[in-house]
Amino acid sequence: MSTPTGLMAEPDRRAWVVQVMGLPVSVHLRGRDVRDDAVAARVERFFAWLGAVDATFSTYRPESEIGRLAGREPDPATASPLVREVAQLCELARTRTGGRFDARRLPLPTGGAGYDPSGLVKGWAVQRAAGWLADLAGHDLCLNAGGDVLLRAGADRPAWRVGIEDPDRPGHLLDVLDRRDGAVATSGTARRGAHIVDPRTGRPATALRSVTVVGPELLWADVYATAAMTRDADDALTWLTGLADHEALLVTAGGRIRATPHWPGTRPGSPPAR
Amino acid sequence: MRRITIWLLSTVTALVLLFSYRTSTMGVGGGTSAVAGDHGGATPDAGDTSAEPPTGGSGSAGDNGSTGDSGNSGNSGDSGDSGDSGDSGDSGDGRYDGSVAQTRWGPVQVRITVAGGRITDVTALQVPDGNFRDQQINDHAVPILRQAALTAQSARIDTVSGATVTSDGYRESLQAAIDAAHLR
Repeated sequence: MSTPTGLMAEPDRRAWVVQVMGLPVSVHLRGRDVRDDAVAARVERFFAWLGAVDATFSTYRPESEIGRLAGREPDPATASPLVREVAQLCELARTRTGGRFDARRLPLPTGGAGYDPSGLVKGWAVQRAAGWLADLAGHDLCLNAGGDVLLRAGADRPAWRVGIEDPDRPGHLLDVLDRRDGAVATSGTARRGAHIVDPRTGRPATALRSVTVVGPELLWADVYATAAMTRDADDALTWLTGLADHEALLVTAGGRIRATPHWPGTRPGSPPAR
Repeated sequence: MRRITIWLLSTVTALVLLFSYRTSTMGVGGGTSAVAGDHGGATPDAGDTSAEPPTGGSGSAGDNGSTGDSGNSGNSGDSGDSGDSGDSGDSGDGRYDGSVAQTRWGPVQVRITVAGGRITDVTALQVPDGNFRDQQINDHAVPILRQAALTAQSARIDTVSGATVTSDGYRESLQAAIDAAHLR
């Protein structure tokens, strides 16, 4: 049953939406002071920082630091601190995903294949930028960057309810999760077609329609969801089940819905067929 | 009018506004404020408290064109309109007509039916008529709007995780509906 919210005043809530990094990014804050200028100033800095990240990392901007590299890997000796940080994380992501996430061999907007950290930058940037909103005491946070979600809510307050969209029926939900912290990230073919490329073959991933990963950090939930897309259903489920602190829900190309054993939503876990 | 109802209506209004976008996502804030003042003007029309379950998607398409089903005068009494218990209970049960929104297809007005504090139906009272655009909004936009309102509201969701939403896809997304309802 629902919490008797009549016992406490419903906290005020306010949203901001800005188009940044090519995505609609929304900030929802819940708390007493969401209409204060000081809070709005923090939100502005959040978006400003994301804008600065885009100016550094965009592969669509020839003048950005990554754009100037034109597909070459950054040189740790000359790269800016943020680019070095991302390059190191991309290496870690490649290791953790067994090469399923590999920033070094991706199709570039300018044609050809080369270094493109974009798949990691979005999650990393939003997670890092959330630092601008971290010390707003008594405020709950719900960030959404193009369908990837980062959440925080006080223990005495209602959890955020996260709908997982059905990739085959936009506007319909597969499941709903109650979360107080951490991240929910979804990769899939629904909105942009088969755009996730298996770096080992250079071919688009087609076995899965979508993968949603719940975990403590947006960066890794996002990377793992993307990496799982390059596997087939059983393989993805086995791999995701083996990741500590992460759970996942996936939709196969055939429309079957499957989840890891401890998926926190209403969908039952479905072990891979053996 | 109760807050819950205002919220429900603002959500529906926001959804209507989703269809009035001309270019990209950045019109959201302005669009919302353009009709925000109209929320208070929404009129509860005949508190029909019989909880009508949402009808199936296929049935709704035919209803959308009928502009004449506004004669719900039978008032069955909003007896359950108790205090602000927090449990949204019966508060605000009835039918509410949203303000008329000017969309890219023409004027659109929706009616929501609230039972037990929840939207149980969304119908179009007014849609553009007489030409190809009429078909578009009847066959496409209104069913989407109706489904999105029912989905977002019935699941009481705060946010949506889905495959990367680009700026073009955003305007028809559930997330846009939720965002718009809280941009103030």
